[in-house]
Amino acid sequence: MPGITREEVAHLARLARLELKDEELDHFAGQLDDIIGAVARVSEVADQDVPPTSHPLPLTNVMRADEVRPSLSPEQALSGAPAQEQQKFKVPQILGED
Amino acid sequence: MTVTDLVSYEDALATYDPVMGLEVHVELGTKTKMFCGCSTELGAESNSQTCPTCLGLPGALPVVNATGVESAVKIGLALHCEIAEWCRFARKNYFYPDMPKNFQTSQYDEPIAFDGYLDVQLEDGEIFRVEIERAHMEEDTGKSTHVGGATGRIHGASHSLLDYNRAGIPLIEIVTKPIEGAGERAPEVAKAYVAELRELIKALGVSEARMEQGQMRCDVNLSLRPNGTAKFGTRSETKNVNSLRSVERAARFEIQRHAAVLSSGGTIVQETRHFHEDDGSTTSGRVKEEAEDYRYFPEPDLVPVAPSREWVEELRAGLPELPRVRRNRLREEWGVSEHDMQSILNAGAVDPIAATIEAGADAASARKWWMGELSRRANEDGTDLAALPITPAQVARVAELVTAGELNDKLARQVIEGVLNGEGDPDAVVEKRGLKVVSDEGALTAAVDEAIAGNQAIADKIRGGKVAAAGALVGAVMKATRGQADAARVKELILAKLGVEG
Repeated sequence: MPGITREEVAHLARLARLELKDEELDHFAGQLDDIIGAVARVSEVADQDVPPTSHPLPLTNVMRADEVRPSLSPEQALSGAPAQEQQKFKVPQILGED
Repeated sequence: MTVTDLVSYEDALATYDPVMGLEVHVELGTKTKMFCGCSTELGAESNSQTCPTCLGLPGALPVVNATGVESAVKIGLALHCEIAEWCRFARKNYFYPDMPKNFQTSQYDEPIAFDGYLDVQLEDGEIFRVEIERAHMEEDTGKSTHVGGATGRIHGASHSLLDYNRAGIPLIEIVTKPIEGAGERAPEVAKAYVAELRELIKALGVSEARMEQGQMRCDVNLSLRPNGTAKFGTRSETKNVNSLRSVERAARFEIQRHAAVLSSGGTIVQETRHFHEDDGSTTSGRVKEEAEDYRYFPEPDLVPVAPSREWVEELRAGLPELPRVRRNRLREEWGVSEHDMQSILNAGAVDPIAATIEAGADAASARKWWMGELSRRANEDGTDLAALPITPAQVARVAELVTAGELNDKLARQVIEGVLNGEGDPDAVVEKRGLKVVSDEGALTAAVDEAIAGNQAIADKIRGGKVAAAGALVGAVMKATRGQADAARVKELILAKLGVEG
């Protein structure tokens, strides 16, 4: 049956790097469970003969030819970066001290 | 837990049976990235080959590269895989700055190719069948530079810098089924598999598969189980092993390390490990204490790929002869042993020799020059045979001149040197350097007479039946003609002059 447990919400929060307090976990777990329950009603309508849909349009094989198109300039590419160095995106320390 | 003492390889194999799984990533040689039109050209300045799609900017829509899909199908077919009639891309979500989208577009439970095999030939000619689980399409990540730590390592770095030129370059990941039954030959099988796969990829023309440039990378999964048992042990995953030799060494090291841990009563930790080229060891990387949760889901921005059966059959019909089949055919045509063919393969000389024979040389000469003089030069210059500035046609011409008696081996080597130095075609080098064999019998006879006159004692020995002594006189004639005589003809002349049967 659909639904989501508090433990699963905590796990997802960790994967998504979201720091949630206990009361927030309680709060969101309840809300998410309601939402999933609501969405799950689609399954009640869709019978075995309706395949799961991952795309709203019945298209396949949309491809492009292997031809180079102009890229952004490095300045444009980096224009939204919070920090940069040596024409590269600068990111905070990846591994903490351990 | 640290283990410094390894069990000897023989002892490890006396007790345990290795099981391997190999994951190989191949960067395709397409002009553009997998899902956008950015160039894949190497060596461009940082972040000059990115666009809203590969940077994951809001609103950007990916469209798959047709050549990328075609290459994936070709690889699948060459690996005797089934090709999916319908498959999707999936998002593999993870937090790491090498992918600006926070996910890698990959395939999850619907790979484009699955259930195949690759037969690999070991050094002694034995064929080992490696079963293929799947080959799927995905994209490469950006390149990280870690700053502030020791020698560019991520540990101790204060921050990192990202160049996303590589992010989005098409990758095909090829995964084997568990390789069982290789026993003590497991490391050799691993190496032979990666070598054969590389040859196959090159023959298909979908990538140059240069491991030293990271165009082909291998992860080695390995576990041990007690001999005679069926259940797999816990595996380790040695990442990014980037040469054929390293693949073999990494497998060997892990067998010895696992055996040391297990036989001292310890347990193997499921983890990724880093391979060290310098001493062939591996060290602990990331512990996978729980199965990774990438929250895969079908990529909603890309529509399914459904290769029509007609197209698949068209591609199948256009596949080149498989490298192993071709090598065996050539081996028979050339009349060389399995062992010699292996050396030829290892030297990267199969294609040059084949092309030289096609250009008119006989097999023995073509092989002699590429495996001798030219291999030595390539070795000295630290380059590939194929990269030497001499063409198979030029080598064939040198061989032709030798066969015609216009050059001897010594002169031929000088001609090759001239060609490599950029002095022109073999004929031009012969002309400019004046390297023709002295075939003027008059001049030769005069040189022979002179040599006999100057070495009466030796001449007497030869007259007395010591034919072997003729070598000294041949040497004298060769010296007098500055090496430009046909030594065999000189010997004939000397023996005839002295009235001795050769």
